[in-house]
Amino acid sequence: MSMPELRSAGTSEVLDETGEAAVSTKIEGRSPWRLAYERLRKDRAAKIALGTILIIVLLAILAPVFAKILGHGPNQQFIDIGQNANGGPVPPSGTFWLGTDNNGRDLFIRILYGARISLLVGVLATGISVVLGVLFGLTAGYIGGFVDTVIARFIDVMLSIPFLILAISIAFISGASLWLVIGIIGVLSFTYPARIVRGQVISIKGREFIEAARALGAGPWRIMFIDLLPNVMAQVIVYATLLIPLAIVAEASLSFLGVGVPPPTADWGSMINDATGWYQYGYWWFLLFPSLALLITTLAFNIFGDSVRDALDPRGAGIYV
Amino acid sequence: MATGPVSETDPAPAAAAADGDDVLLRADNLVKYFPIKGTGLFREKEYVHAVDGVSLSIRRGQTFGIVGETGCGKSTLARCVARLHDVTSGRIVFDGQDITKLSQRAMRPLRREIQMIFQDPIGSLNPRRRVGSIIGDPFAIHKLAAGSERKRRVQELMERVGLNPEHFNRFPAEFSGGQRQRIGVARALAFQPKLIICDEPVSALDVSVQAQVINLLADLQTDFGLTYIFIAHDLSVVRHVSNSIGVMYLGKVTEVAPAEELFTVPRHPYTGALLSAVPVPNPELSDQRQQIILAGDVPSPVAPPSGCRFHPRCPKAAPVCVAEDPPLEPRLGDGPEHPAACHLPMAEGENLAEFRPSISEKERVVEVEGSLLPEGAEPEHIADALPARGEGGTP
Repeated sequence: MSMPELRSAGTSEVLDETGEAAVSTKIEGRSPWRLAYERLRKDRAAKIALGTILIIVLLAILAPVFAKILGHGPNQQFIDIGQNANGGPVPPSGTFWLGTDNNGRDLFIRILYGARISLLVGVLATGISVVLGVLFGLTAGYIGGFVDTVIARFIDVMLSIPFLILAISIAFISGASLWLVIGIIGVLSFTYPARIVRGQVISIKGREFIEAARALGAGPWRIMFIDLLPNVMAQVIVYATLLIPLAIVAEASLSFLGVGVPPPTADWGSMINDATGWYQYGYWWFLLFPSLALLITTLAFNIFGDSVRDALDPRGAGIYV
Repeated sequence: MATGPVSETDPAPAAAAADGDDVLLRADNLVKYFPIKGTGLFREKEYVHAVDGVSLSIRRGQTFGIVGETGCGKSTLARCVARLHDVTSGRIVFDGQDITKLSQRAMRPLRREIQMIFQDPIGSLNPRRRVGSIIGDPFAIHKLAAGSERKRRVQELMERVGLNPEHFNRFPAEFSGGQRQRIGVARALAFQPKLIICDEPVSALDVSVQAQVINLLADLQTDFGLTYIFIAHDLSVVRHVSNSIGVMYLGKVTEVAPAEELFTVPRHPYTGALLSAVPVPNPELSDQRQQIILAGDVPSPVAPPSGCRFHPRCPKAAPVCVAEDPPLEPRLGDGPEHPAACHLPMAEGENLAEFRPSISEKERVVEVEGSLLPEGAEPEHIADALPARGEGGTP
């Protein structure tokens, strides 16, 4: 027991020495990002999650290729071979790898195309939410005073509005479309990053390096974006990776309720909705595969987001909202 | 500006004392009150009297030391002078120009002339930015140099303050405390300013590193003809670096004197008490010496004592000290360069420990308690001292 310990201590010391020697020959700062990346590389869960995400992205990109190989378009109906005598879906087979849906369309191809919608909504809605959140959070936190009061109360109001009810109302009034769904999810979820950024900025702005920047003559914009932003970026990135699955689920929920991406566009939420009416008659694949796609995608993003948080803030107590 | 490049300034200006143009910075009756949150709506507005009527003049090429206990307002004074805080009242004249009311925008060109070195070598450097970019900030903000020119000048500065110029790519966390303070010095030096305000630049460093940083500051002063305001609570450091020293207590300057004179002939009993607390490296001398232990704590700056602010703790306190605020003026035949704010200044060689206050203990205690009371029976002098803002009138 003690021998390997001793040896391992010895080797680690040697490693440290060589590491130091390497630093002194090639002087390069190890940025906090770099350190986070090193920690992330050692995290097995993160690697599996990231691998899963990459596979999903790849499948989404290659959806047209699969469609061409199999000869099944995403909206193409196979009334002859894709439906049984009762007009119901057919089970998985060599022709339809994951079976068909109630309209005789290839479920596999539709799930691939659905991934495109989900990823697009997840990334774009999160992007909108993060950009808005950073702008509002930085402004409220750094400028403070009246501006802060107004923004903070506005965020409180936004948070007190039930998301689904507002989203459904907007979509219902202005007619559902993909871009509207992205906009609704992005705008309605900016409050979370805004609150995090605001809190961080308030805790950082009293530090001396901000005073130093002011003493050098830096204006508020420069302080906000050059001095404060890099210090809140870690939290923003962590929150963004956790917002992506939330946005994907929100989009699926809206589509499930019929106010999301309009048919016939392949979408996981509306596929699940269609399948609920058929599940009880034994057409399990129709419900299972889209649900599984949604579950795996959100799970992978969530696990990866958790790992990113651990890597960026090893001491952190977590920033769940 | 009117006097030409900094490098032409005589680094030994002691001779030209009477010359009015010799004064780089003058503060007249500077006041800074911080409003206390939560007061003013349902109860009388209260203020922290951080700096309360400070007048100073600082000569070119000299080092002016400011000492005082924690919370006496010395850092606030520094930030007011650097215009990081807006002053409540009073006047700041820098290089012949009144900068008291300049907007932040109008202040920007003057930022090149007045720079600051901060106390915390960790907190004063942005942890997420590389050192080269931190030191290059002055050039970026004022659009003085960009690209490879900026890098060259940053590396020159790093070399000048004793850092390896190859390290410009590193992050602050990869440097030691002393090196980080050198980074702060390099950043302050980028503009070749006229005045550098050092806010306890060495108090976070250990003693051997303190000496290095102090020597660096001294070298730079000779090379560039810099003027320093040097804030510290370590008297021996201040004595070493300063030409003259101001002592602050509860937002007021109690005594100003040339460095050696302050240590040999202190006039204010507070100065006397501070000096008696300086550790002496010789244990025999240290045993012989009588320390003056002041009674009580520093009163709250929210409601400072009437008259002389030191009277609740002063061994020489007399009724006049409670009644009247002593002006800062030369005492006991001292020259104009050595004013003290005391009704009963100490004579040379006087032993403070032998004195007992001639006002009743009760009076002192009441005053101290009254000054600590957050509300209720507020002493009259607070209302008198408040600036005419309209909200704080006495009933």
